[in-house]
Amino acid sequence: MKEIDYEQIPILKIGDFLVTSIQIPLHDKLAVKFQQDLLQKIEKTKAKGLIVDITAIDVVDSFITRILVEIAKMAGLMGVKTVLVGLRPEIAITLVEFGMELGGIKTALDLESALSLLRRCVDEADGSDG
Amino acid sequence: MGDEKVVQVKSEYDIVVARSVVRAIAKDMGFGLVDQTRIATAVSELARNIVMHAGEGVILVREILKGETWGIEILAIDNGPGISDIKLALSDGYSTKGSLGVGLGGAKRLMDEFEMESAPGQGTTIRVRKWLPK
Ligand SMILES: Nc1ncnc2c1ncn2[C@@H]1O[C@H](COP(=O)(O)OP(=O)(O)O)[C@@H](O)[C@H]1O
Ligand SMILES: [Mg+2]
Repeated sequence: MKEIDYEQIPILKIGDFLVTSIQIPLHDKLAVKFQQDLLQKIEKTKAKGLIVDITAIDVVDSFITRILVEIAKMAGLMGVKTVLVGLRPEIAITLVEFGMELGGIKTALDLESALSLLRRCVDEADGSDG
Repeated sequence: MGDEKVVQVKSEYDIVVARSVVRAIAKDMGFGLVDQTRIATAVSELARNIVMHAGEGVILVREILKGETWGIEILAIDNGPGISDIKLALSDGYSTKGSLGVGLGGAKRLMDEFEMESAPGQGTTIRVRKWLPK
């Protein structure tokens, strides 16, 4: 496999939320670029929520875990809530046995429930702001 | 038996190759989806350690038979700097590179057997095994 520099992970906007799907294996450089792209997009779009679809990921090792946790943390600092979608059951089992934590990132079974989860979070936040 | 594969591990891309090769063999042998994922995740950690801590090395995979039980054996071999304190390296949260430091401990927990041979200047060999449930 050779490095190709047109590798990138698309980030879509749906209403107040950003949706991104990781379809290719992440490596160090790509992960850094992905994190930067996400931050820029959050700033530009004033998004309130972020959905990261990992349906295509078949191995969540300590490297990917760290990236996902960092993304959620950075997004959180910008007031953006992150929800993971498509975490396969066998990966959930492996994560637990491995002893890795996703740092409290919320997960949803599918895109629809992720969207409604985020909507509820945003509504609650708006409500408490008065 | 007979099915033995060697994957050269030099770059991050080889990590993906290593775990795909191992997963395919595990699947062929009849390991279920959860076991395949455990094995592929452990291999991902061992291969990443080769790239990150040793620069380059190999991942070797083979089928093994003990009594009447088949298993998969994976060796991660490198001639890198080696590890002076194996116990410390295995403890969760310990990393000399500022990463999570859970790779070795996690790989050990995901597999049935885990053995490590390493000394400063002598490289590192890690052997993991998983037995096929009957
Ligand atoms: N193949 C290797 N060669 C040399 N040192 C290694 C190797 N694998 C692991 N180590 C050492 O063991 C430590 C712990 O490894 P690990 O649990 O995978 O955590 P991490 O890779 O995040 O540092 C590493 O930081 C490194 O110092
Ligand atoms: Mg490691």
